[in-house]
Amino acid sequence: MIKLENINKTYFGAQPLHVLKGINLNVEEGELVSIMGASGSGKSTLLNIIGILDNYDEGNYYLAGKLVKNLSENQAAEFRNKLIGFIFQSFNLIPFKTALENVALPLFYQGVNRKKRNMMAMEYLERFGLKDWADHYPNELSGGQKQRVSIARALVTSPKLILADEPTGALDSKTSAEVMQILREVNATGITMVIVTHERGIANLTKKIVHLKDGIIESIEENDPDKMDFTKEIK
Amino acid sequence: MFDVDNINEIWQTIARNKTRSLLTAFGVFWGIFILVILLACGNGFDNGIRSNVQGFATNSTFLIPTYTTEAYKGYQKGRNWDFNMSDLEAIKQKIKGIEMISPISSVYTYNGENNVFYGIKGGNFGMKGVLPNYNDIDRGKIIYGRFINETDIAEARKVCVIGKKVYEDVIGADKNPLGLMIKANGIYYQVVGVIDPYNSNVNVGGSMNETVVLPLTTMQIAYHTGNKFDFLVFTTAKGYVTKDLQEEVKNLLRERHDIAPTDEGAFMCFDFEQLFNMFEYLFLGIKILIWIVGIGTLLSGVVGVSNIMLVTIKERTREIGVRRALGAKPGLIIRQVMAESLLLTILAGIVGLVIGVAIMSVVAGFVGNTPSEDVMFLDPQIGFGAAIAATIIIVLSGLLSGVLPATRAIQIKAIDAIREE
Repeated sequence: MIKLENINKTYFGAQPLHVLKGINLNVEEGELVSIMGASGSGKSTLLNIIGILDNYDEGNYYLAGKLVKNLSENQAAEFRNKLIGFIFQSFNLIPFKTALENVALPLFYQGVNRKKRNMMAMEYLERFGLKDWADHYPNELSGGQKQRVSIARALVTSPKLILADEPTGALDSKTSAEVMQILREVNATGITMVIVTHERGIANLTKKIVHLKDGIIESIEENDPDKMDFTKEIK
Repeated sequence: MFDVDNINEIWQTIARNKTRSLLTAFGVFWGIFILVILLACGNGFDNGIRSNVQGFATNSTFLIPTYTTEAYKGYQKGRNWDFNMSDLEAIKQKIKGIEMISPISSVYTYNGENNVFYGIKGGNFGMKGVLPNYNDIDRGKIIYGRFINETDIAEARKVCVIGKKVYEDVIGADKNPLGLMIKANGIYYQVVGVIDPYNSNVNVGGSMNETVVLPLTTMQIAYHTGNKFDFLVFTTAKGYVTKDLQEEVKNLLRERHDIAPTDEGAFMCFDFEQLFNMFEYLFLGIKILIWIVGIGTLLSGVVGVSNIMLVTIKERTREIGVRRALGAKPGLIIRQVMAESLLLTILAGIVGLVIGVAIMSVVAGFVGNTPSEDVMFLDPQIGFGAAIAATIIIVLSGLLSGVLPATRAIQIKAIDAIREE
């Protein structure tokens, strides 16, 4: 699903910053992978590159078999829209849109007509138990509800890949566990998932843990989350 | 571009900041409003001035003989000279491009004493001797009877056509004036018509309104002027240049009266075409000024919209970034920002246009639209063309105000939304 070959990325500022120094990584379809690393290790940059939000200087990145390199803004937008669902730490829901409208937004960019996309959005909200909250605005929702809305938004286009950037970073431990449970369930339906986190407890719930340090992959740890009892304290 | 979904998206963002949108829109509203008011007022003055000069042939030239200013062919300078009827014939025969030519004689009567009487009622009025075609130059409506005709001229009949004011003052508006005998400068003439001039502000030798008009031949006999007359008025035919024509006529007259070919002072020449052209240039100047001021005001409104949109875009960086991450293409973002400023501008502009037009039509109701001689401000409304132009300007300014914010908006990358700051 994801194939990274010798990815290099340098930020050119006052002081050039070599963030990624040759990343090689394969993620198979349906895998649940977490990327761990201290702050500054380059994990967010890596996620941005995987999410086609940022470009890279050297190497090759194949997403679903297609080379992702030097894409135009339009092509990148289309890739993101069709293949990737994003989940952010701070949810990034659009504040003046209702939960339903937020979930339906990616479909709007696909050109799906309103009736159909509202129907689909409602389906996903229902799936995450938010049917009654469909007409509420983000500021009327709890953190867990917001994250569930944003998961629904990520899934509504039936993407092949879900990228989650610290999905539990803004949540308490109980809600974190709930959200992780949902993400695992989503992964169980066959959707590839990459989670960036700095919390060991979250990483322990994934099957593959990629440790990033100073722009290189330090180690890749195989993990069996089913051995973990995620109802326990995960922080 | 303007399907329901997009309109919804745009409306949501505009409605989110009602006060700000309203204030922003006010700039554009005010610009268009002022433009409409100015244009309407400009038209009002235009119409007012035009109504003052309408009814007078705008392509006419008046020539009046004065004194020669150069010695020539043995004559001293300062010689008095007159037009005569054979000059008229000569001009008609030799000069091409004259549409109409008419001789006029007048009698000096403005000494303040009453000179025109019917019974015991009297008044102080001018007297003119003309040919029938004079009514085509200094136009008026015949409200009783007829104008001077060819038979009057041929037989030098003692008849007259009187101006409306003469009729009202001397005869009285309740009486049928036809056939009555009035006494003018001691001689009786029979009234055959009453004329109401379309305009009484532009004239030579007194307004028709306050004139007793005689057949030219009658006046020549009554005042012993032989075949002489005082003024010559002619109009230029289509395709001829008035200035050239004037020179030709002057040269012919100089030749016929032994006046030096270089003697410009021997004539007094009123070129009405030039005068009216001056009006035209004046109005053109006013119009250009109005558009500059109006567009300038509008432009500051446009800058306002642009400015606020820029701030809005800045504030919405995160939201736009999220939209980009979710798959919004740059084109869509541009369209949305453009549509936002377009909608804001168009709504405000149309309101400004409508209110401006409404106010001016109320004003026009007070001012009225009947031409009369002392009105300087008439029917101050904008035409259909100007309204269309204003609408086009509104749309253009909407686009203009959207360009900068839209460029700024597409510079926002999806990654900006992800960055935790």
